[in-house]
Amino acid sequence: MKSFNIFIVVFLFAFISVNVSAQDVNTLVMKVKNKLDQVNDYTAEGKMKTDIAFIKAPVGGVKVFYKKPNKFKLQRNGGISVLPKGGVSINIGNMIVTTGFTAIDAGFAEIGKVKTRIIKLLPNGDNNDIILSTLYIDEANLLIMKSITSTRENGTYEMEMRYGKFAEYGLPDKVFFSFNAKDYKLPKGITLEFEDTDQATKDKLKGKKGRVEITYSAYEINKGIADSIFK
Amino acid sequence: MSSIVQVNHLTKKFNQFTAVNDLSFSVEKGDVYGFLGQNGAGKSTTIRMLLTLITPTQGQIELFGYDLYKHRREILQQIGAVIEKPDVYKYLSAYENLQLFARLSGIKPNRQIIMDQLEMVGLADRAKDTVKTFSQGMKQRLGIAIALVHNPSLIMLDEPTNGLDPQGIADIRNLILQLSRDRKKTVIVSSHLLNEIEQIATRILIIDKGHKLVEGTASELFDTSQTIVQLNTTDNQFAAEKLAASSWKNNLKPMRDGQILIQLDQEAIPMLNQFLVDQQIGVLLLQPRHSLEDYFLQITAGKQHVGTFTN
Amino acid sequence: MWVHLRIELYKIFRKPRTYLAFAAITALIAVIQIGLFVDGKEYTEFVMADFANSFAVDGKILNGYFICYVILQLLLIHVPLLIALIAADMISGEANMGTLRLLLTKPQSRTAIVTAKFLASVIYTLLLLIWIAILGLFVSTMIFGTDDLFIMKSSYVVIVKESDVFWRYAGAFCFAALAMVTVASLGFFLSFFAENSIGPIVATMSVIIVCTILSTMNIPIFNIIKPYLFTTHMITWKEFFDFKVNDANEAIVGSIQYPERIIHSSIVLLVHIIGFAGGAILLFRKKDILS
Repeated sequence: MKSFNIFIVVFLFAFISVNVSAQDVNTLVMKVKNKLDQVNDYTAEGKMKTDIAFIKAPVGGVKVFYKKPNKFKLQRNGGISVLPKGGVSINIGNMIVTTGFTAIDAGFAEIGKVKTRIIKLLPNGDNNDIILSTLYIDEANLLIMKSITSTRENGTYEMEMRYGKFAEYGLPDKVFFSFNAKDYKLPKGITLEFEDTDQATKDKLKGKKGRVEITYSAYEINKGIADSIFK
Repeated sequence: MSSIVQVNHLTKKFNQFTAVNDLSFSVEKGDVYGFLGQNGAGKSTTIRMLLTLITPTQGQIELFGYDLYKHRREILQQIGAVIEKPDVYKYLSAYENLQLFARLSGIKPNRQIIMDQLEMVGLADRAKDTVKTFSQGMKQRLGIAIALVHNPSLIMLDEPTNGLDPQGIADIRNLILQLSRDRKKTVIVSSHLLNEIEQIATRILIIDKGHKLVEGTASELFDTSQTIVQLNTTDNQFAAEKLAASSWKNNLKPMRDGQILIQLDQEAIPMLNQFLVDQQIGVLLLQPRHSLEDYFLQITAGKQHVGTFTN
Repeated sequence: MWVHLRIELYKIFRKPRTYLAFAAITALIAVIQIGLFVDGKEYTEFVMADFANSFAVDGKILNGYFICYVILQLLLIHVPLLIALIAADMISGEANMGTLRLLLTKPQSRTAIVTAKFLASVIYTLLLLIWIAILGLFVSTMIFGTDDLFIMKSSYVVIVKESDVFWRYAGAFCFAALAMVTVASLGFFLSFFAENSIGPIVATMSVIIVCTILSTMNIPIFNIIKPYLFTTHMITWKEFFDFKVNDANEAIVGSIQYPERIIHSSIVLLVHIIGFAGGAILLFRKKDILS
């Protein structure tokens, strides 16, 4: 599931930023990077829930694979999953390596009763799909609590992380992935439906943010993963 | 109670049209009851009412001494019928048709019963063939086998000779006589052909436009001494003039289709012939006619001899 | 009654026409299956074109359950013709053949005969649906495998969990049976009025086509009568493939979004069945057989 590479992308912002505007911001990002550096690879099992107003989907099992530096794969345990596109175009881990980012201190905020430092990362070049990335970092535990990524083509994505047992590796127990879901409409001829969807349902479907939620149950960290998995 | 069929004041109206009008008659046990009338006279409607296919507008029907509509199933159990064309399931074989209708007639047919029936009507060797390969005559025989398979005591045959060749007609005639004589069945047979009924019926009912015309035995109804002869000569116009001017003029009937019709005693036919020869008229044909039409002609001409008028 | 029913079924299954319907269904389903087997990807891409702009759908959409849904969607429009072929022939066909009068001179109750005829056409209809289920559901899952069922509705998408699909199909087929029995009853009712089978077959199809058009058209004047047309309710089987979600928009497995719609439609269809079949039986008891 390529769109989930955004997850990695966010981490990479943190790792390889070159032009930090403030020393403490730079240090913080480096510390977070170092913490995450402990992880060479991991596999994790989880449950994925799709919460998009006009998509009714069951909770499905997923398996996630990661390997340094930027290999990521989300595998379904059967079933059909629907995910916002977008992620596909941000899937450019190597772009971050070649181009630089500017880190800006943007103050503080509370994410789920946790005090966080807001750091904005601006790409230096013009040809990036990513316009702006904002990270909310829990300074005490060196954890990224939230990230907002604005893209040129696919709108804005928001990720929130909640940590538990694997906080020491900087790996979240829960990831919430939010985006602006566009409405869509099919001609009735295709669906062969005579009844109109009632107005209340229609209203409910409009202008709601879409959200995908993954709850990880078990991580296996640094056990080694074959590259073939990512093919 | 020897009346097998007792019909009183039977009337059937289809909207404004009265198909059967106040018809009463009775059929005695052992009768071969001829039901005679021209096409559209109401014969079929009456027979269908006797079989509960059509509900009467008025009147009572008693069969075997019971009200037909109150004891429909018990009564129908005793009846076998062929109504007009002997239509059966074309996609089934003769055997299968017979088996199916036997079951519907309330008996549990075994192979022997069915094959015996097919044997009786001469279809045993075609038992396995689907009916769509059958000729009209074979279908008619199968229809009769179906009518008889449950050994009914009353048999109704509505125009059983329709569409049959002369041999087929003779076969049916023989079968009816055999059923009546040997198996003591009561038979009601309808036809528009006078000679057919005349040869087999013990009693005859003639109806016209839904009304009963006459009822009686063949000898009562048809004065065989009187007949209508059809005359065809080398010059019919001349012959007709000569006849009209002679003592034969009272016997002369209106010409029909250019043919001369003369009503006379059968013994007088040679005399008529002699007269024509004497007048130097070339006789091409001198034939007694025997049709229902002529019979009606006789009745309507007021030459009715015996029988009961109802109108 | 049992004897009559057996005889009627015997007659139905001795008619070549009966097998024509099964052959037609087999051919139709095979065409759909082959088509989707060869070009299924294009089909799903076409249907999902708009949706796929914003979303990446991952998984085996083109699975047996999906194929069956497509088959039901397409077939339930055409199966009425095949049902009419038999049901509308039940009385009129015998009148035409001349066997009706022979049948009714037999010492059997007319009610039993006509009821058996109706039940026989119902059984035929059910067998046809079972055949569709065998080919459409079982054979499709054998060929295409199983997975979650992905359905595009007119304004939302439903993904039914694989383990939650089968009972919905059972329900949908039961409902479809009700809808098709309504068609059979209509055909049966109309067959009462004619002495050849073409008339009632064409009449049955015409009624269905006209009513379907009225049901489909979104014009205010027709919207008043829409709820009373049986064709409006014939597609309610689709309601089995929509489920409730909780406040967190999580699918509630084993639920149905609008169970009341299914109940309502079932009642409307049942009323039609009782009306048509009851009408035919009542009229038949008094019918003058003139054929």
